[in-house]
Amino acid sequence: MIKTASAVLVFFGFAAAQAQEIDPGTINGNFQFDVQNYFEDSLIGAPEFPSRVGSNGFLYLTYARGNFQSGVRFESYMPALQGFLREKGAGLAHRFAQYETKNLDIRVGNFYEQFGSGMVLRSYEEYGLGFDNSLDGARLRLRPLPGIEVTGLIGRQRNAFTFQLANMSEGIVRGIDADFELNELLPGMDSMRTRYRIGGSFVSRFQTDNDPILILPENVANYGVRFAISGGKFSLNGEAVHKINDPSTVNALIYKPGNGVLLQATYSGKGLGVSFSAKRIDNMDYRSERAATFNNLNLNFLPPSTKQHTYRLMTLFPYATQTNGEMGFQTEIIYRIPKETKLGGKYGTNISLNFSHVRALDKIVSADPDMGYEADFFAWGNRTFFQDINAEIGRKFSDRFKGSVTYMNVVYDKSLFTQLTGFSSTTTVHSHVGVVEGIFKLKKKQTLRAEIQHAYTKQEFGSWAMLMLEYTIAPHWFVAAFDEYNYGNANPDKRLQYFTGQIGYTQGQYRMTFGYGKQRAGVLCVGGVCRFVPAANGFGFSIQGSF
Amino acid sequence: MILSLMFMQSMAQTSKQLPDVGMKTLDGEAISSAEWQNDGKPIIISFWATWCKPCVLELVTIQDQYEDWIKETGVKLIAVSIDDARNSSKVKPFVSGRGWEYEVYLDENQDFKRAMGVNNVPHTFLLNSSKEIVWDHNSYSPGDEEVLYEKVLELVD
Repeated sequence: MIKTASAVLVFFGFAAAQAQEIDPGTINGNFQFDVQNYFEDSLIGAPEFPSRVGSNGFLYLTYARGNFQSGVRFESYMPALQGFLREKGAGLAHRFAQYETKNLDIRVGNFYEQFGSGMVLRSYEEYGLGFDNSLDGARLRLRPLPGIEVTGLIGRQRNAFTFQLANMSEGIVRGIDADFELNELLPGMDSMRTRYRIGGSFVSRFQTDNDPILILPENVANYGVRFAISGGKFSLNGEAVHKINDPSTVNALIYKPGNGVLLQATYSGKGLGVSFSAKRIDNMDYRSERAATFNNLNLNFLPPSTKQHTYRLMTLFPYATQTNGEMGFQTEIIYRIPKETKLGGKYGTNISLNFSHVRALDKIVSADPDMGYEADFFAWGNRTFFQDINAEIGRKFSDRFKGSVTYMNVVYDKSLFTQLTGFSSTTTVHSHVGVVEGIFKLKKKQTLRAEIQHAYTKQEFGSWAMLMLEYTIAPHWFVAAFDEYNYGNANPDKRLQYFTGQIGYTQGQYRMTFGYGKQRAGVLCVGGVCRFVPAANGFGFSIQGSF
Repeated sequence: MILSLMFMQSMAQTSKQLPDVGMKTLDGEAISSAEWQNDGKPIIISFWATWCKPCVLELVTIQDQYEDWIKETGVKLIAVSIDDARNSSKVKPFVSGRGWEYEVYLDENQDFKRAMGVNNVPHTFLLNSSKEIVWDHNSYSPGDEEVLYEKVLELVD
């Protein structure tokens, strides 16, 4: 990989240098390289890693000149870190050329795209999850009049867990989307404060039917309409989508059509923000191959209506949308008690409250076995998939000290993730999690940050405690250590400690970290997509940068 | 490879212009990074997300001093959220509920993030009067805002 990368870099450099007399254009890029060694550790369940060391890396380069842009990305897995793909190799995983003016945007090669909220189509990447479902083909975007944008695309999809260009979806994806800003288009509306937008999208996947028994639809359409009204402090938006019958591995080959509805309302006042969203998903798993499972070849994204937590012990309970069916809502209130008040203190106090609730659909077995089930549109199912009530209060006490307290009460149906995690348990977990965080400014550029976390539960793995300390010297250094202790495990042999220590150096846009840690097995979620991370014990090094 | 990188860097530094990429306003309307203006005064671009603790800490910390920064240097901070569909409609109440006074845009498809070569949030850039990128910093630790402000002061002196 290094040789090829250097060759292309030099090529880019020469090309730019030769053109310097005219307009050399701009070259940008970024890279990341992560390497980790693995010790076998039967105590925490870390398996033997045959090559002992794994690494993931990429280098992304773009060249832009005027309206023209092109880019390439090399990826390398030697072999991939645990929990990512099991193949090894390196190669070109992404390349594109693009020409864009105010009214026209043509792109060939790989591209990422999202229609509406993503329920019809979303292709994107998440390096930390090894997730990349870019489309490879062509995309045309037209802006014929101010306020109108039409996008058409065709392509095959990259499989998240492979990197060779040849390893693309068997299915071919075709799609069109149109977006209208009504205030720009209708007379007399352009000066209105309230802005109105509508849009619609249509996507179709083609995959031949080679099934010896079943007659499967070769062209599967997924389409939707959406609206958004936004004026001053209030906003309201929604999308409704429908997918024709799409028997697949994930929905157990039923011929029932799918649908999804998403509604979101917000209030944004000075010092008070409120958001509310409601969602119903019914058989909406949509992929570029019907036999694909796990995180492979997803063509759409069903936004989870739950809060994304990042405190370590809160991530014991991650949630991802159940694509085969769920109903849920979420409301979040953000309030700032003004500064110089009795309650707010000298600097003011931030409060955020969140309530999320997700239930199963009220499914009954259909009289027609091909249809699988029937579910009343407005009926809640009996089973609670997930519920989260949490509150966070944060305050600056002085120039030297800031603190916050967070509490979370969670109900978590662990069996939803058995496919992902391999956990055999079907228990519903009830847990209280508390986090206290303090940030102490020791000197002008030296800071100590501490987190004390505790998760109380009687089910599954039992209770956990955690302490984290981080010392930073801005703008270059950090040292951090944390220990998670599963002291409440019902099995005394599993009352283990997971210690991690890290040191890092940042120089402008470059950053390096080195660390040792024992990592607990669990689900890692970024942006609503989750991946199982196996237990691991070893040293890790990471470098990233941009230029 | 390291040699190539150094070569690249020296090449790139001569023309580090802000790329022209489309994004959305908090009301969902299309806007391009080329439209950003601050009357020849410096611009700070901060990539963030509602779920990213260090990002929020950086923006909360700067907010406490933002009024003074504007008075002294005329600097403007543009906060670019990379929140996806899960959280993008919550960005506006999040920002107003905390009383932030920044210009905020949504880079939901992460086109701008890729064009700027951003690996992770937070990542902060400083633009000079010609909207050229003169400094950037990956990650945030308390105290980094002091370094950033020193760079802003260098630009206006």
